[in-house]
Amino acid sequence: MTADLVIDVRDLHKSYGTRKVVDGLTLAVKAGEICGFLGANGSGKTTTIRMLCGLVRPNGGGGTCLGLDIIRDAPRIRLQVGYMTQRFSFYEDLTVTENLDFVAAVYELDNRREAVKAIIDRMGLADRAGQLAGELSGGWKQRLALAACVLHKPKLLLLDEPTAGVDAKARREFWDLIHDMAADGLTVLVSTHYMDEAARCGRIVYLSDGKLVVQGTPDEVAKGSGLITFEATGPNLDVAARTLRKMPGVESAAVFGSALHIAGMDRAALERAIQSLDGGLAWHEVPPQLEDVFIHLLSQPDRPHA
Amino acid sequence: MNGFSFRRFLAVLRKEWIQVRRDPFTLRMIIALPVMQLFLFGYAINADPKHLPTGLLAVDHSKYERTVIAALKNTGYYDIRPLDSEAEAERGLADGELLFVVNIPPNFDRSVDRGEQPAILMDADATDPSAIGNAAAALAALTSALDRDLPPAARSAPARAPFQFEVHARYNPEQLTVLNIVPGLICIVLTISTLFVTTLSITRETERGTMENLLAMPVRPIEVMLAKVVPYIVIGYAQVILIVAIAVAVFGLPVRGSVALLTLALGLFIASNLALGITFSTVARNQMQAIQMAQFTLLPSFLLSGFMFPFKGMPAWAQWAGELFPVTHALRIVRGILLKGNGFAEIAPDLWPIAVFTLAVTLVATWSYRVTLD
Ligand SMILES: Nc1ncnc2c1ncn2[C@@H]1O[C@H](COP(=O)(O)OP(=O)(O)OP(=O)(O)O)[C@@H](O)[C@H]1O
Ligand SMILES: [Mg+2]
Repeated sequence: MTADLVIDVRDLHKSYGTRKVVDGLTLAVKAGEICGFLGANGSGKTTTIRMLCGLVRPNGGGGTCLGLDIIRDAPRIRLQVGYMTQRFSFYEDLTVTENLDFVAAVYELDNRREAVKAIIDRMGLADRAGQLAGELSGGWKQRLALAACVLHKPKLLLLDEPTAGVDAKARREFWDLIHDMAADGLTVLVSTHYMDEAARCGRIVYLSDGKLVVQGTPDEVAKGSGLITFEATGPNLDVAARTLRKMPGVESAAVFGSALHIAGMDRAALERAIQSLDGGLAWHEVPPQLEDVFIHLLSQPDRPHA
Repeated sequence: MNGFSFRRFLAVLRKEWIQVRRDPFTLRMIIALPVMQLFLFGYAINADPKHLPTGLLAVDHSKYERTVIAALKNTGYYDIRPLDSEAEAERGLADGELLFVVNIPPNFDRSVDRGEQPAILMDADATDPSAIGNAAAALAALTSALDRDLPPAARSAPARAPFQFEVHARYNPEQLTVLNIVPGLICIVLTISTLFVTTLSITRETERGTMENLLAMPVRPIEVMLAKVVPYIVIGYAQVILIVAIAVAVFGLPVRGSVALLTLALGLFIASNLALGITFSTVARNQMQAIQMAQFTLLPSFLLSGFMFPFKGMPAWAQWAGELFPVTHALRIVRGILLKGNGFAEIAPDLWPIAVFTLAVTLVATWSYRVTLD
């Protein structure tokens, strides 16, 4: 084990019945790193995160989290980890303040009242402090959950899709906050389905069918994919996209605003496809975007449907 | 997180208390359920039914006999009609057409005059003791009915009544008196209202998804379980006060023993139910299962505790099974304290089985409390 690895687990296995949900996953996350956890629905992200904080026992493998054994020392890991569950799991019949106060008390924080007040101000929850959690909108629930899991100043944050259903501005603030905390030395493992969020991670880990498929900085992942992408501008992009999608070698064709974007692994096939169009479009090659890479990964034939 | 933390326990307790206060269902359950049940079960007691059909078996039609019959009628409880034969009396009781049969022995007047204290046999259909309880209780006052007919020397003195009633409770001998029922009712109502509240408490966390969070936080199972039990002990006491107050005010329940002792014993009894509920809650996978487990234990505790049937009248195996349930012991304790004025020494033999039971199920609960999600 390297000293500055906050998460260091090897060969994790977890099966439910005969289904292998996590299958030989090895993961290392350095202190202060923001690690994006990506993968299709059902690829095992939530299960992995649960194993890291001792909520699910692995069938095989093991390792450490914050230098503590994930199986033996789970209770001590929990003291230093902030885990934000995918499903909102605070008490809907308690107000925002009461929920936070409960968390603060369970962690036996000194100056409970001040700590709660500080986090309410920091998360912009002041206006809703007296509202029942169950009556909050989805985005505000997420903010409450995030507030609750950073309240005890954890060393490691495990965030399971923290921004699902959160509006763009709140998402931006959310990520600014995560970066803020990472700057103070906090380590973050965050699962997400949003590409813009993946791009803000120091490193991303892509999971497929319980196995780690790709990892690296967003740039490395994009470049290392071997994916070739072309972009076009011009009239009738939607019609062109529909035609191109059916052509061999074209893995994806999508319109983003005024540009048409196609991607595939086979340069020759892509060029043939472009040539076969009637023209009127101005084509040029662009570096692959993260989004292209993930669509490519998601549509790999070996990916079972979860 | 080494060992039990009082601060964490308090944290969960505060949260539970807020939730209990906000849950309209729990509040309804706490107030309405015991009151409703008490009146429902106790309705027949309170009804104090009068004009009960009564048959008369008599051969002499003597003077004293007429006086006694008149006195019986005057109580308002007995509607008397003469019968022709024992057979008719038997049939009437069996069919439920008669609730009482008055048997006046032959030569009644002569026996009275001789100071032999003859007994008038009252056959009573005791299947519904509450229906006949008051009527039977009224008999005691009637032995002085002959006073005006008798020469002064033979009048009823406290020590020697000129005649007596011998009530023969048919079908259900132990529970002739109404007072037996209310203490039982207290125990049964408490069982229902306390068992179910905690039965739902932990499965509710699982089903609402809050369990994942709770598990991820540094609380220990024993802290969670204790915190879920304590509010309901307080509530259980509120229920006891409510039930006893109603029982005293409406049903005329006497309180002969120490209220403090009763409070102590019932506290233990409540704790045993709550612990059992928590255990169901940890063992069950979902709320439905938990409720089924609770219902499954309610029936035998009704049947075998001595609430429905006289305990001593049950077969040995049933008595053994009955001894396992806290409600059986609670019933004896409450009857003992309220009706007989029992003290600690008398109730101790019934106190420790409840304590052992509570401890045992708490152990099971701690052991089966799942600290992971799988
Ligand atoms: N308790 C469980 N019992 C049985 N199967 C489970 C259980 N928990 C998870 N699974 C299965 O494990 C697989 C992986 O689930 P997991 O929740 O880890 O995926 P995920 O990557 O978080 O997906 P998503 O992006 O949809 O949140 C799924 O197929 C799911 O059905
Ligand atoms: Mg998930």
